[in-house]
Amino acid sequence: MAHFDPNARPFSHKWLNERLAIDTLKRVLSTEYWIPKNINFLWAMGMVLAVTFGLLLLSGIFLLMYYIPDTKQAFDSVNYTIMQEVGFGWLWRHIHAVAASVVFLIIYIHMFTGIYYGSYKRGRELIWISGMLLFVTFSAEAFSGYMLPWGQMSYWAGMVITNLFSMGSLEWNWLVEWIRGDYVPGQAFLGRFFMLHVLLLPLVIIGLIIFHFGTLRIPHVNNQDGEEIDFEAEAEKWKAGKRKEAKVIPFNPVFLSKDVFVLGVYFIFFFYLVFYHYQFAMDPINFDPADPLKTPPHIYPEWYFLWSYEILRPFPKDPGLIAFGFAQVIFFFLPFLDRSPNVAPANRRRPFRCWFWLLLIDMVALTILGKLPPVGIYTTLGTIFAWLFIILWIALPFITKREKLVGGKK
Amino acid sequence: MKKMKELKVLAVVVFFTLITYWGVEPYAHSVMHKHVEGHDFKYPDLKPAPKGNPEKGKQLIATCTGCHSIESQGIKAPMDALAASKAYGVNPPDLSNAGALYDEKFLVDLMQNPNHATKVKKFAMPPSVGSAQDAADIAAYLKSIAPKEISNKEAFESACGRCHAMRYAKWTQLGEIPKTKPNIKTKQDPELMKFKLQVAEYQENLANYMGKLPPDLSTIIRARSKQYLETFVEDPQTQLPGTAMPRVGVTKEAYEKIEQYLEAVGDSSKPDRERIGPWVIGYFVIFTLLAYLWYKSNWRDIV
Ligand code: HEC
Ligand code: HEC
Ligand code: HEM
Repeated sequence: MAHFDPNARPFSHKWLNERLAIDTLKRVLSTEYWIPKNINFLWAMGMVLAVTFGLLLLSGIFLLMYYIPDTKQAFDSVNYTIMQEVGFGWLWRHIHAVAASVVFLIIYIHMFTGIYYGSYKRGRELIWISGMLLFVTFSAEAFSGYMLPWGQMSYWAGMVITNLFSMGSLEWNWLVEWIRGDYVPGQAFLGRFFMLHVLLLPLVIIGLIIFHFGTLRIPHVNNQDGEEIDFEAEAEKWKAGKRKEAKVIPFNPVFLSKDVFVLGVYFIFFFYLVFYHYQFAMDPINFDPADPLKTPPHIYPEWYFLWSYEILRPFPKDPGLIAFGFAQVIFFFLPFLDRSPNVAPANRRRPFRCWFWLLLIDMVALTILGKLPPVGIYTTLGTIFAWLFIILWIALPFITKREKLVGGKK
Repeated sequence: MKKMKELKVLAVVVFFTLITYWGVEPYAHSVMHKHVEGHDFKYPDLKPAPKGNPEKGKQLIATCTGCHSIESQGIKAPMDALAASKAYGVNPPDLSNAGALYDEKFLVDLMQNPNHATKVKKFAMPPSVGSAQDAADIAAYLKSIAPKEISNKEAFESACGRCHAMRYAKWTQLGEIPKTKPNIKTKQDPELMKFKLQVAEYQENLANYMGKLPPDLSTIIRARSKQYLETFVEDPQTQLPGTAMPRVGVTKEAYEKIEQYLEAVGDSSKPDRERIGPWVIGYFVIFTLLAYLWYKSNWRDIV
């Protein structure tokens, strides 16, 4: 039975507590949200991602005040109004563009951290799957955002990517036209991608972030040794004042203080990019207005899509599309393709250890090759690395099935 | 021990990040764009010009003013810009600033053999002077009447403005868009419409002459690297073989002015960026130091 003290001063601690249970909330969400002690700065990447998303949201809101989703005005609304007329508009745009690119760097680090430490197994399958949903939605968010300035790369990347939906020899041109709302990218196309970018996809992302956090709550985060921790027992130790013996720490303030420190280092790096080194995130070609009559000599997606683009490119049309589709979805299945019960750092799990480093090197190589023109040796290398990617994933269940038990601890 | 481990992890992350960066940025761009060496606007392929006499040049200038105006000397153009574009495809530029913009060797070559100097097949100005000496005299005259200082804006408008519009500076090939007011009752602005109609007609003539409309240069400073712009303007054929844009023949000083103008119009927030950058980064350095202290105080007695 709820009890409300009639004498409690409005908005006093007691008054709020009776109505919102703020003490319980604080305990559950922060001071008694337990984190293993044995983790490194890579576990701060999730926080870095959340904050970067916050930056995207904030800067995006400022951009939205002046952006005009009209094919005739979009380019100038960004490059003139926002970049030159509105006070600090350039700062918001640089933050937005750099954050949109860096967020993927952090996502990839976050993902490979998860793969390395086996954080997608033993109760953590849904964390991985919700993370992959975030990755896919973020990809759609970035792609739709890239259309908005209506520059040369917006237009031509939009053309090339939507063309993929003709499904090769199936020639589903109706589907391409349905997505574009026209035969070629035009006003209908810009309008719908604008809607997706500023409303629907951000909503989905926010929902997914909450879901992602929710999936973390019961299994807790993993740790550097993949050790299975009895969180209740360890928490008791901490609460009893045995700060050294306990294997866990409370999120607030202990882990948070480390998160904030990592965030500080990240911000120095981030703002260095914003002010001095932004070309990688704001492609010069996109400062040429869209021109349907002039195909740019090199059309390439943003760097974070290059690896999957390169899995598409070296093959003939239909097998290329199949390989591309494979690359898009295969990461979702990681928790089920890894058949080993071991939750341990990759370096202690051979031959998985080779698999991990090969995958990382392969994706870096594909990313680089994806930007290079498809000629001569680059095509050959592209084909090899694309096959390697496919083979690695096919081999994964067999490799992991035969893996010896290593046990959680060293 | 622990610290070392985190630094090792960091080193691995940084290593793979830098390799990827190197591959998709510097390396990929070096493969995609051929590297063109500039010659610092010295035009080594052109013959040195004989020494010119400005007095003699003044006598000969009528050869040029049949088509060109020299407003600073009170010499008007024989036709207005639109009519000239009908006749030639493009408006012959006013020569008041020519002495301050163009390389001397280039001018001398241009007067004798425009296609050679500009490296394009189609250049509407005919060979106008018979001897290198006469040409040098005219060049010397143009130099003598050129203003000592021209602004960045004037440099752009005189050297590029007959072909390139620049909407962020309200510049059209026919000059700046006039400041007009719409009629209060009709909300229409016939004055402006007339001007726009003329620009449209001029652009049509220009596009027919050049094969395409030269692009508006408002954002070009961010769309191309400085190295590209410099070598392209010095000799367009090196970067876009077969292009209709002529070699313009500007001097290094004139080019620097033009580049500064392109930057002032296309990237006007650059000074702000450079001013604010250190403050923001300094702020986060302090933030990080304080965060480090907080982190240490929390972790002091637990590991
Ligand atoms: C028959 C008309 C005609 C005569 C005579 C003529 N010009 Fe030209 N001139 C033009 C036209 C037209 C252009 C612009 C061509 C273009 O941009 O394609 C031009 C362009 C120029 C340019 C700009 C070149 C550049 O690199 O951008 C200069 C300088 C010039 N003329 C100087 C002269 C001088 C000096 C003379 C006298 C010796 C002269 N012209 C005689 C028609 C003429
Ligand atoms: C006679 C007309 C003419 C003049 C004068 C002229 N241009 Fe051009 N310019 C062109 C044309 C035509 C193109 C399009 C070239 C193409 O796409 O082949 C062009 C293209 C350009 C480009 C874009 C090149 C690219 O990579 O797409 C730049 C930059 C440029 N001009 C700069 C200048 C500058 C700076 C000046 C003055 C110093 C100038 N132009 C003077 C006609 C001209
Ligand atoms: C709700 C949050 C967001 C809003 C309101 C928003 C709004 C906008 C607007 C108005 C633009 C056009 C102006 C411009 O090009 O700079 C834009 C561009 C862009 N957005 Fe967002 N955005 C949001 C979140 C995101 C996220 C999460 C990402 C990616 C992870 C993203 C990636 C991009 C990209 C790549 C561009 C193109 C940037 C450029 O070319 O400069 N945005 N956004």
